[in-house]
Amino acid sequence: MLTIKGSVWKFGDGIDTDIIIPARYLIQPMEDMKWKAMEPIRPEFASLVKEGDVIVGGLNFGCGSSREQAPAVLAALGIRAIVAVSFARIFFRNAVNLGIPVIECRDVYEQANEGDTVEMHPSSGKIRLEEKGMEFTGSRLPDFLLAIIERGGLIPRVAKDGGK
Amino acid sequence: MGKTIIEKILNHAGGGNASAGDIVTVGLSYLMTNDAVAELTIQAFEKLGKPPWRKDRIVFILDHYIPATTENAARTHKLMRDFAGKHGLPIFDQQGVCHQLMLEQFVLPGDVVIGTDSHTCTYGGIGAFSTGVGSTDGAVAMATGNIWLKIPETIRIELTGALPDHVHPKDVILKIISDLGADGATYKVLQFTGSGAAGIGNAGRFTMCNMAVEAGAKAGIFEPDKVTEDFVRDRKRKGIFFQSDPDAEYCMNMTVDLDRLSPQISCPWSVDQVVPVDEAAGIRIDQAFIGSCTNGRIEDLRVAAHTLKGKKVHPQVRLLVAPASQSIYRQAAAEGLIEILIDAGAVICNPGCSACFGGQGMLWDGEVCIGTHNRNFRGRMGHKDARVYLASPETVAVSAVAGYIKNPGQ
Ligand code: SF4
Repeated sequence: MLTIKGSVWKFGDGIDTDIIIPARYLIQPMEDMKWKAMEPIRPEFASLVKEGDVIVGGLNFGCGSSREQAPAVLAALGIRAIVAVSFARIFFRNAVNLGIPVIECRDVYEQANEGDTVEMHPSSGKIRLEEKGMEFTGSRLPDFLLAIIERGGLIPRVAKDGGK
Repeated sequence: MGKTIIEKILNHAGGGNASAGDIVTVGLSYLMTNDAVAELTIQAFEKLGKPPWRKDRIVFILDHYIPATTENAARTHKLMRDFAGKHGLPIFDQQGVCHQLMLEQFVLPGDVVIGTDSHTCTYGGIGAFSTGVGSTDGAVAMATGNIWLKIPETIRIELTGALPDHVHPKDVILKIISDLGADGATYKVLQFTGSGAAGIGNAGRFTMCNMAVEAGAKAGIFEPDKVTEDFVRDRKRKGIFFQSDPDAEYCMNMTVDLDRLSPQISCPWSVDQVVPVDEAAGIRIDQAFIGSCTNGRIEDLRVAAHTLKGKKVHPQVRLLVAPASQSIYRQAAAEGLIEILIDAGAVICNPGCSACFGGQGMLWDGEVCIGTHNRNFRGRMGHKDARVYLASPETVAVSAVAGYIKNPGQ
């Protein structure tokens, strides 16, 4: 069972794809592009994120364009999961397709502070805020989406399993 | 229980007898990808190690960074040309905005189309189901010709009355997005219907369906009718004209009285920050943009030219006009619209996405732009503190002359 543990990076409501990765960087190679993640609102983010960290966001996280570069730059920087009050539809699907667990949970958004340690289990939706000693249950992904995440994304799943 | 047009289209494409909420795998009529995301799509596709599902149904379009604006753009373009050439796929190299070209060349009523671009939902204007996906979904669809999706619930939006002077389909959809909010229709479809819908032309329908995604919707749709017949008149195949059953089930009903609508404007930095134009009137502007997959059609250029005829753009304002496709450009030239626009002081950009997302006409700190496009997110058109307002072509044109945001009805 997949477990994710890392520090929280906290963002607000309506974080759109032009914030996550502005349009003018989309055609750069990923190695260059990833350093521009969240540039319009937090230019220091990309250089400080650590492998295993988790983003906590508000309403409609990832709204806007269909650019898969948005979850892809976050993954390239080491973000291993995203918890938000709600997700925009295409972003949600893209994140799952790249193997990034996306969990909806308002309590975590309200209680977590930047830098808190969070431990989560996508298969059950359980999320623990270590320092605060609080535990919440967020949305649980349907089994067929969990299977994609456990495989590391849709491409490995289709390539190896031949599934749809 | 009857079915919505969306349920019917998706059932016809392989859903069987499914209803909203069911997860189905459907066969695609077309898959479209463009230069903003093609590289990731190609990389994902190549990892699958499969051939393209059908050569004539996968369309590559170079429209975002054209003519190549940076070395990276040139690299992406070369990659797309090589890939399309190797697999024998149709490719449109700098011929206009992807969604306009898909409508001009391919999509028919009743089709199921996905594109690796969120505004793929535009094709609902002729009664097709179309939606945007990411590169991985695009790559898998390229190999398999199908996609899984959840059949969305439908919000039925009844339009009554007729549009008053100076009020355009753009104003209608801005008002609806403002009422629903930027996430008010997440996972759902907006179905525009009623006597008011019948009075809206194809271009206006594309404008409205295009922006359905700005309320979070998976798609927007009009039921095909006489207006649609006109659109497919010169096409060999006419598609299938599905209609919602009278007893179809909707998750929400809304009514918009067109007679009472005034010009609307979306303010920075979220599309749902909409107010009547009067409330933003007087704000000084640096740039005006007429174009994009939302409002770069011949009808929009006619409105702009009509408004600008014999006038001059304000000396402190730069007006950029980008026809949505080469054929629109040609038609605009033939009708004398291009000459009127140039006389007024507009710069005509090559057909493509242009300033919509900052591919051209970027803004600096504190600059203000009013445009006919569909998004005003922070940083999309350049500096993070540039401000972008979205309105109809007529509001943009009168504002370009005034030098500040102006209600076209005044
Ligand atoms: S015109 Fe704008 S919204 Fe439309 S496809 Fe191009 S960049 Fe996207």
